[in-house]
Amino acid sequence: MRELSLNVMDITQNSISAGATEIGISVYESEVNSELIITITDNGKGMTEEQVRSVTDPFYTTRTTRPVGLGVPLFKMEAEMTGGDFEIKSTLGVGTKVIARFVTSSIDMIPLGDINATILPLVTGNSKINFIYERTYVKKNGESKSFRFETNEVLEVLGDDVPLQSPEIVLWIRDYLNENTEEILN
Amino acid sequence: MKSLAELKAIKEKVKNAVELREESGAGMRVLVGMATCGIAAGARPVLNALVEEVAKRDVKGVMVTQTGCIGICQYEPVVEVVDAEGNKTTYVKMTPEKAVKVVNDHIVNGNVVTEYTIGASNI
Repeated sequence: MRELSLNVMDITQNSISAGATEIGISVYESEVNSELIITITDNGKGMTEEQVRSVTDPFYTTRTTRPVGLGVPLFKMEAEMTGGDFEIKSTLGVGTKVIARFVTSSIDMIPLGDINATILPLVTGNSKINFIYERTYVKKNGESKSFRFETNEVLEVLGDDVPLQSPEIVLWIRDYLNENTEEILN
Repeated sequence: MKSLAELKAIKEKVKNAVELREESGAGMRVLVGMATCGIAAGARPVLNALVEEVAKRDVKGVMVTQTGCIGICQYEPVVEVVDAEGNKTTYVKMTPEKAVKVVNDHIVNGNVVTEYTIGASNI
């Protein structure tokens, strides 16, 4: 993938397919340790030990349209080629957690890219799923800034009168993500 | 800085405007293929163009969402428009520009953009 944020969309799609009602996406970046850690957590149906073992194999998939599944193997390869690591934990009936750690100073580091363009359609296109998105940025001097978005907090404000997909609300979420991102990066 | 307090004010404004709008695209669903194949072929900019154009044009009752791989990876990015009666139109090899045209011509005005559909594709 050209941007890691595209992998985030891909991996999160697995959580949606697994029937998750709550999905956590965390992006932690530190200039001090030259690392980027992406964590995706869901409360979907989970996987068996056997499935967890085979999920990083490109020739394993649950889809029926063709016999390859590249999402997880690609994400793993992209983390490992920077000298980082990749972990996937899952419990059947409880959920799944994917953690990818990247070494940002590596020549093979793929940029994170436009992560907000991943979060916005996930949130607005799946209003029944509670997305909890957190982004943290630690500067060279150790100063750490972060912000958080949660679907349920927005739904609480909106109540039953105004749907999450209302044009004004979609544009507000977009601006909320963009303005807060700019704030923590500066 | 955007805050939830500001959202509350927007909500009040939207609530009051709800009854005034015409329901041009009511009940329509727009599905964008978002499996590894779709994403790698450029589905995310298409999805974002659809979400933003539907919002900007103030089209009510349209659901823009993601779907998995439907098995025609060579035609990705694929966008399916399903109207309230369940009639499905499949657009292939989409771009953000084509997506904007689909919103304006098909979703708002009800005219299928035939040249972007899978039936017209000579690839």
